[in-house]
Amino acid sequence: MLRFLSLALLCILSATGNAARAATAGAGDLDQVMGLLAMRQHGRVEFIEQHFLAVLKRPIESSGELRYDAPDRLEKRTLKPRAETLVLTGGVLTVERAHSRRAMDLHAYPQVLPFVESIRATLAGDRGALERVFRLEFAGSVSRWTLTLAPLESKVKQSVSQVRIEGAGDQLLKVEIRQPDGDRSLMTLRASTLP
Amino acid sequence: MNLRRVGVLIVWLGCVAFAAVVVARARYITDLSGFLPAHPTPTQQLLVDQLRDGPASRLILIAIEQGDAASRARLSIGVVQRLRKDPAFAGVNNGEAVAGQRDREFLFQHRYLLSEAVDAGRFTAAGLSAAVRETIDNLASPAGLLFKSLLPRDPTGELLNIIDQLARSPTPQSRDGVWVSSDGNRALAVAQTAANGSDSDAQSRAIDAIRAAFAAAAAELPQSAADKPQLRLSGPGVFAVVARAKIERAAVRLSIASSILVVTLLLVVYRSPSALGLGLLPVATGALVGVAAVALGFGAVHGITLGFGITLIGESVDYSIYFFIQSRQARADGAAGGSWQQRWWPTIRLGMLTSVCGFASLLPSGFPGLKQLGLYSISGLIAAAFVTRFILPALLPPNLWVRDVTPLGRRVAGLLQAVQGFGRAAILSCGAALAMLALAVLYFDRETFWNRELSALSPVSTEEQVYDAKLRADLGAADVRDLVIVSGPDLESILRNAERAAHALEALVDEKVIGGFESPANYLPSMATQERRRSSLPGAADLRANLKQAIEGLPLRADSLQPFLEDAEATRHAALVTPRDLAGTSLSSGFDALILHQKDRWNALLPLRSATAGADIDLGKVAAALEDSQVEDSRALDLKQESDALYGSYLAEAIHFSLAGFLALTVLLLIALRSPLRVARVLAPLVLAVVTVAAGLAIAGVHLSILHLVGMLLIVAVGSNYALFFDRQANADEGSNQALTLASLVIANASTVIGFGLLSFSQVPVLVALGTTVAPGTFLALLFAAIGFRGAESAHA
Repeated sequence: MLRFLSLALLCILSATGNAARAATAGAGDLDQVMGLLAMRQHGRVEFIEQHFLAVLKRPIESSGELRYDAPDRLEKRTLKPRAETLVLTGGVLTVERAHSRRAMDLHAYPQVLPFVESIRATLAGDRGALERVFRLEFAGSVSRWTLTLAPLESKVKQSVSQVRIEGAGDQLLKVEIRQPDGDRSLMTLRASTLP
Repeated sequence: MNLRRVGVLIVWLGCVAFAAVVVARARYITDLSGFLPAHPTPTQQLLVDQLRDGPASRLILIAIEQGDAASRARLSIGVVQRLRKDPAFAGVNNGEAVAGQRDREFLFQHRYLLSEAVDAGRFTAAGLSAAVRETIDNLASPAGLLFKSLLPRDPTGELLNIIDQLARSPTPQSRDGVWVSSDGNRALAVAQTAANGSDSDAQSRAIDAIRAAFAAAAAELPQSAADKPQLRLSGPGVFAVVARAKIERAAVRLSIASSILVVTLLLVVYRSPSALGLGLLPVATGALVGVAAVALGFGAVHGITLGFGITLIGESVDYSIYFFIQSRQARADGAAGGSWQQRWWPTIRLGMLTSVCGFASLLPSGFPGLKQLGLYSISGLIAAAFVTRFILPALLPPNLWVRDVTPLGRRVAGLLQAVQGFGRAAILSCGAALAMLALAVLYFDRETFWNRELSALSPVSTEEQVYDAKLRADLGAADVRDLVIVSGPDLESILRNAERAAHALEALVDEKVIGGFESPANYLPSMATQERRRSSLPGAADLRANLKQAIEGLPLRADSLQPFLEDAEATRHAALVTPRDLAGTSLSSGFDALILHQKDRWNALLPLRSATAGADIDLGKVAAALEDSQVEDSRALDLKQESDALYGSYLAEAIHFSLAGFLALTVLLLIALRSPLRVARVLAPLVLAVVTVAAGLAIAGVHLSILHLVGMLLIVAVGSNYALFFDRQANADEGSNQALTLASLVIANASTVIGFGLLSFSQVPVLVALGTTVAPGTFLALLFAAIGFRGAESAHA
């Protein structure tokens, strides 16, 4: 945990220091970022997520914690407004709430796939997995980058038009998911202060 | 040939022809029903119906193994696509989203009738407010996002409620879009046949259709030859078909094999093909008459009964062996010695009658299968004995001489001589010691001596049963063991009662008495419940007003919920959901599996899950809870315990009847031999043989089933012939043909040991049980009888 925190600190420092160089970006940088991400075995961050939905007059907000264990376990624990735990392992998403627990095979729900797979594959530094589902566009530099993911498959496109991930080194800072109907969600991540 | 002989032959041929017609027209059944009770209580009838024709009996579990996960999934999809077009299947499901789509449409259309959350307060301002708040909160989750587009029509989230409701019953895991086992190494699917589970022909065709669909789907797969995915099927129908094939195969193969061996043996002994041909007449007539008698007596012949055709060879071949060898002697001795009919027939007749006594004890049994065996053996033995007595002498050519087997008899007598060297006291004490030892073994093993589980009779191997259980666990279609059965005169009444029972059971879930339960009412609520939910929907104007009040302060625009108001109004005027509406959804098979319709009675099955895996459920508490909630006509049952108790009672009954048969046999011998001492000497070797074999089986770790008991009856039946011949010899002063009698007994025993010994190698447990009991048992009976009588004689000498 200490190692992880110091690494995060280092990244944030270097990000501010090297902002000027961020303009020149290329495939080399993407591979480097992926390499950095792939090296990390565990991660734990807090998130605040805002959902902007057309059916609602104002955005709704949720918050909680994200945990990641290489290579394919991602846990999203939402604490507010309603406790819910999502666990993604081996292509199966388990949704657990107060009284229910349901496993969803992501293959059967392609519309849910980009919401979780975009984050999982990026955290794993698994460029291959990302490119199976999305077209990748990288901007910025290793120290401050933006990865834009556009779904390839039409079924996936029905639910997600674009995922934009901002990061610094091996840290994810923001994940924005846009839906074709104009709805979007924005997740902001920061080092966990939860016990 | 005189007129009387011609008359006898005509009567015989007429009987054989009649029996052949009956046999040809008889109905043959191969399921386990022969081993289910003939006069069941309502509970037992339910059990039998459930096993034979219940919806669960129509399930075929399909597993695809080996190969990689992706090709297994593609095969699963290919197989299911093909089978869905086949009218032989009422439903096929592998968890594909296609089925899910249809299910969702059905559930969504009827959401206000199906959701348990819909009650009187649901559509008041307060109820609506709470429900809509929850739906909005759900939107923050990707799972909730699935329902985002439905929000204008379903702001109270009823679809999610229903899905949660159904998710309470366990569903299989999915991978690559299809169901897989918990370890992910198998793709799984379930097919429900249109035909009943007891219709073995239809089940067999359905199995072929699945195999063909698999082969066709596999052909489309780009395949590396090495690790091809394999198809494996399980389920009651599959078991029935496999069992039938196994029994047929075993019966045919073993009959052929033992026939060849016995025929070879007889050829070596007789050295005369015509003697051999004649010698098979009693066996053939006996088997034919036996099957015909069963067909006439029971209307249908159980496949297992046919498998016992072989048992007749055991005793009836003996008759012809005695006849040929002894009538040779009679002719050699000339008229002075008396004819075979005078000298030996009374002994054979007595032997036959003792056997009939033994088998008659099977007739009063509650198991149709055992009754059939009893009738088959009795009629077959009588027919074989009469053919030996009346037909063989009539057909025996005057110049037919079988080989003289006296040298064989002398050699055997020589071996016995060595034993007799020990003296009478030593032999008797050896016998007594053996008996004590065997009884001691049986005494220490008395708790586990009998196998009291019905599965002991199942022709399905333990490995296949374990595999089936594994698939069921993976599919969440747990083996129905503990359940609550609610009965009534019609569907509506049992659904209402099932709903009441569900209330009682929910309390037990909270108390952790049970882990959960299923109910047909989860799929289709009673009309009363649906009606109540429908009437909880207020009129259009009221609902609009309630909704306006409910979403005050919530981030929702009232005008966006217009579709909800329209759907609610439509539901108020729509018909209630009936079982017919379920057709075409995967819910249909779930519902059907929990409903059992008998002639004038409907039953709802509510299978219970234990609170922790593998733990037993306290059915007493379940029954008490049902009674407290006054659920009419409901019972809590442990099906395995019920069926085992059933089998146990028939086993106990069979043991009692067998003992009664033994008593009758003793009385018969007392009347015939008129000497308690002689009777004791006839019976002692038989009893010793039976207890020794029983102890041997116990030591080998075999738990005895009802078929072992039948085997013991056969030991007594066949062995009594041996003992009676020795008895006749010891009391008839016929020194000249002692060796000959001994030889005929040894040959007869060899044929019996061959026939039954082969049964031990079969794959059918009931046949193995018979073989391993009778083959050693008859040999020991001969050995003990020979040593016992000769020992006694040598003491006289």
